[in-house]
Amino acid sequence: MWVYEKKLQYPVKIKNPNPQMAQVIMSQIGGADSETGAAMRYLNQRYAMPTDEIKGLLTDIGTEELAHIEMVSAIVYQLTRNLSEEDIKKYGFDKYFVEHGSGIYPASPSGVPFTAAYFQSKGDAFADLTEDLAAEQKARATYDNILRLADDPDVIDPIRYLRQREVVHFQRFGEANRTPLNKNRSKFVAIFLRKCRYFYF
Amino acid sequence: MRPKRMELMQRIQRYDFALYDLMLYLDTHPECREARALFARYRKERADVVREYVQHFGPIKALQTDTDKRWSWGEGPYPWEKEVN
Repeated sequence: MWVYEKKLQYPVKIKNPNPQMAQVIMSQIGGADSETGAAMRYLNQRYAMPTDEIKGLLTDIGTEELAHIEMVSAIVYQLTRNLSEEDIKKYGFDKYFVEHGSGIYPASPSGVPFTAAYFQSKGDAFADLTEDLAAEQKARATYDNILRLADDPDVIDPIRYLRQREVVHFQRFGEANRTPLNKNRSKFVAIFLRKCRYFYF
Repeated sequence: MRPKRMELMQRIQRYDFALYDLMLYLDTHPECREARALFARYRKERADVVREYVQHFGPIKALQTDTDKRWSWGEGPYPWEKEVN
């Protein structure tokens, strides 16, 4: 189960609304490499993992991703506060506004709704952890693109924090992919075959 | 003197950042004695700050809600509002 903590993982305090920037950052809520995708990917993959270490790591990183959805949503929410009709039109926010007002809806900046088709749960530790490594790099690259487009220090600061977390998660997944899977490869393969009951190599 | 809400929250966030990062590190390095000691130290220090925050500004988790006066768990401001950040 999960228990809510009434706090953000890292502060988000944005003074000036900017609906154009908000739309770009929506990528991390509803896009293919979004925090939503990350949370769903890890929290679904963990069940079939062959070792407790990997189950634990996917649970803990998946949980942190949920907190990141909340942070990104807070950024988008604060960037779209108190907009005038003129601002909505001027910043190209009208297409989003007509569907969702200033509500948070998980869709990409181009309006494609979030879908489970963005991730896989293969029931295979090597395949899933390798996807997870790629997912962290793709999310990091998305944050790099957001940083190229952002000029407000209030936005840049939490985005840099989130970018850094992708790097840490990549590191931890790399260790998980190596340690039990490669260091004790023969032992791991035996566990894997016993648990999964099908041939692997 | 009443402590500042955001200042206390930021202290909790700093501890939680360190603790979460240490937890992920320990997930893949469970034998690391140094990381375990640091985790124990920050967890202890965090508890005092959380106690002070909850006493002045209300619960962070529902289980911390004071049930004597009224049910305050649902009260804002919520974390995505900029006045609490």
